Amino acid sequence: MFGKLTLEAIPYHEPIIMITVAGMILGGLALLSAITYFKLWKPLWSNWLTSIDHKNIGIMYIILALVMLLRGFADALMMRSQQLSAAIGVNGGHGYLPPEHYDQVFSAHGVIMIFFMAMPFIVGLMNLVVPLQIGARDVAFPYLNNLSLWLTAAGAILINVSLAVGEFARTGWLAFPPLSEAAYSPGVGVDYYIWALQISGLGTLLAGVNMITTILKMRAPGLTMMRLPIFTWTTLCANMLIVAAFPILTATLAMLSLDRYLGMHFFTNDGGGNAMLYINLIWAWGHPEVYILILPCFGIFSEVVATFSSKKLFGYKSMVYATICITVLSFMVWLHHFFTMGSGANVNAFFGISTMIISIPTGVKIFNWLFTMYRGRVRFETPILWAMGFLVTFTIGGMTGVLTAVPGADFVLHNSLFLVAHFHNVIIGGVVFGVMAGLNYWFPKAFGFKLHEGLGKLSFWCWLIGYYLAFTPLYILGLMGATRRMNHFDNPQYLPYLIVAMVGALVIFAGIGSTILQIVYSVWQRKTLADLTGDPWDGRTLEWATSSPPAFYNFARTPVVHGRDAFWEEKQEGLPTAPEPAYAEIHMPRNTGTGVILSAAAAVLGFALIWHIWWLAILAFAGAIVVAIGHSFNENRDYYVQGDEVARTEGAYYQKLGTQEA
Amino acid sequence: MTVQSPVIGDHLHHGAEHEHHHDVAGTTTLGFWIYLMSDCVLFAALFCAFAVLRGQTAGGPGAKDLFDLSYVAVETTFLLLSSFTYGMAMISAERQRRSATLAWLGITLLMGLGFMGMELHEFGELIEKGAGPDRSAFLSSFFTLVGTHGLHVTAGMIWMVTLITHILRRGLTEANITRLTCLSLFWHFLDIVWIGVFTTVYLLGAS
Repeated sequence: MFGKLTLEAIPYHEPIIMITVAGMILGGLALLSAITYFKLWKPLWSNWLTSIDHKNIGIMYIILALVMLLRGFADALMMRSQQLSAAIGVNGGHGYLPPEHYDQVFSAHGVIMIFFMAMPFIVGLMNLVVPLQIGARDVAFPYLNNLSLWLTAAGAILINVSLAVGEFARTGWLAFPPLSEAAYSPGVGVDYYIWALQISGLGTLLAGVNMITTILKMRAPGLTMMRLPIFTWTTLCANMLIVAAFPILTATLAMLSLDRYLGMHFFTNDGGGNAMLYINLIWAWGHPEVYILILPCFGIFSEVVATFSSKKLFGYKSMVYATICITVLSFMVWLHHFFTMGSGANVNAFFGISTMIISIPTGVKIFNWLFTMYRGRVRFETPILWAMGFLVTFTIGGMTGVLTAVPGADFVLHNSLFLVAHFHNVIIGGVVFGVMAGLNYWFPKAFGFKLHEGLGKLSFWCWLIGYYLAFTPLYILGLMGATRRMNHFDNPQYLPYLIVAMVGALVIFAGIGSTILQIVYSVWQRKTLADLTGDPWDGRTLEWATSSPPAFYNFARTPVVHGRDAFWEEKQEGLPTAPEPAYAEIHMPRNTGTGVILSAAAAVLGFALIWHIWWLAILAFAGAIVVAIGHSFNENRDYYVQGDEVARTEGAYYQKLGTQEA
Repeated sequence: MTVQSPVIGDHLHHGAEHEHHHDVAGTTTLGFWIYLMSDCVLFAALFCAFAVLRGQTAGGPGAKDLFDLSYVAVETTFLLLSSFTYGMAMISAERQRRSATLAWLGITLLMGLGFMGMELHEFGELIEKGAGPDRSAFLSSFFTLVGTHGLHVTAGMIWMVTLITHILRRGLTEANITRLTCLSLFWHFLDIVWIGVFTTVYLLGAS
């Protein structure tokens, strides 16, 4: 009846897990009862969960990312403290975490941070900002957008369920076979991994299709491609990478599941399977994936640097071409993740050189940002601090990357802590600093008030110092011979470095705490931090041309663009101070609960497949198909906002503007 | 009988003012093209796996022992003809000939059923012979590549039934013609993928 699922699946004997799960359940219950007590279910359902407004969807993506950041960071603290506790002799030098638990912790850390922290954060910012930057009322497919969000959330739910019911993969974040095959990982851990990624991956793919179509089809009149804000450009390229790369992940994980479920032989040791095929395929997705994460962050930095230097971006065209170059090159370097596979000197040389070539367009970008700041009037507010921290940190990470791109050196550094330090160097220094810059920069647009400046700066300094404290020792440990994914080390020489790394992790923790405090405090003080103009930073691009938060239709009248930095140009000519005498009606899509229902079905389907509960899997799948087809018969998908309603909303906005100026 | 579509009605009513945000058909079709490109990459990964594993028979039967080219030629004919009949359905739809459209769609559906029936029969025979997907890496990649194509064709047929229902309910409205166009793209795309399958799996395998 319940497949492999029995009460034994709940890890009663693991006090650490049980306390965490108890905390999650209590927290969840507290949240649910608060929603019930304050009678928030109906507004939550009709204004948020079923919302097809790209701004709401963006905000929900970012909330998901922040929650998962806490989960993923708890894993990071556990890894650091496990290695340190082992080094100081706890439990006879084995540390407090048993190996089978530690293996799940590092696997979950990687999966959560990439798929459920970085990806939702980036997709959330794209959703929030891109339609505003191109002067659109929404994305091309608003209902699909809602579905994408909830599919991602369904994957995140499966990962969190794995903590309480069963186990998570012990295979590392890419689940390499033959370890991930049924013969060596007979439990449900790898299945949780597969289905969480398949479901959220489908969401990401749909989001990519949506965003490309939006940028190509929904731009305001006059907004030609070479006038697009750089964030929109990088979003376009990142989403092209999503559409080109995510199907490879889907196919690869599907082949792994066929091996596991139907006894096939794609990657097994026997039957003619080839594990290196998996590793090639997964990195053919995996390397573009890191550019999917970093390109939009390059876009964020471009916006932030130009805005806070009060200058137009230096070298706009070179920035665009560099982005396109990186997009193409990102598909030609995947083999540098496994030079040690033994494909021969010529193949390794090709991929080593193609990897080094990527540093050229990236260097172009770095100089563009520097020259934008040069002779600019730089205002040192929180977003640009993140950008400057990025410039230094990312450049160092890029250099260690070029170092490991030398195949000879890579044979020494492969799977060492040097590599771990390198990719955290570029992911924290690039992606995390990028999304934090974006959060501070666009928060006032989403909510109408700024985030507290002091706490934002505190968070930045904690992250920056914490990063160097936590990962510089890992570079050194790597050169000393420490390999990654180790439960404990026997070498007493490692101890001082492990202590410094632990301190660094705690400093980063303080940085995360400051961000949470910053958000909570800013919500509390929202009256004093309020921004009524909609343009708190003296912005340059169209998202600042409307009120904050923007009306649900974004722009009362579709803006007409005459050049780059459209809003800046408009400001030079003087902005209107009163609403227009009349507005035309606006065509808008209606909210729908179909995305939530389909994603719930997908989560149930995933759970049923993980536990081999076949009847439930069939039921959930059939249910999802019926709901999806049923949705296609819903003809009542859109409506018109009447002109006088637009006039009322705009009138209120201009009245607020007037009181502020008076 | 023609049903006046509310969508078309809206366009006439609001005129060109909303044109910028109302190129629904163009936007949907472009989005679908982009999705198709992603599907193309999915098949590329499966072709790639097949190319790597085609020789890995693990002592079991190989392509030469298993495939009957004339059988597959008939199967292929079904699919290629179904693309032609779908093209006829599209021409009828654009001329607003509802019953002709439905008839051509029905024929296409039958062709699709014929193709799937033959494919499933082939799969069944292979498994009976002890050449199932768990026999060797070669057979795993064969069943997965051809089976994934078959799943797509099946999905296309379910979609076709849905569209026939749509057309019966509301006629050849603008929204329904956009849907027909998307399915048309999908159907022809599967044809092209099948040509790849026929060449790399069957022709190269049996020679």
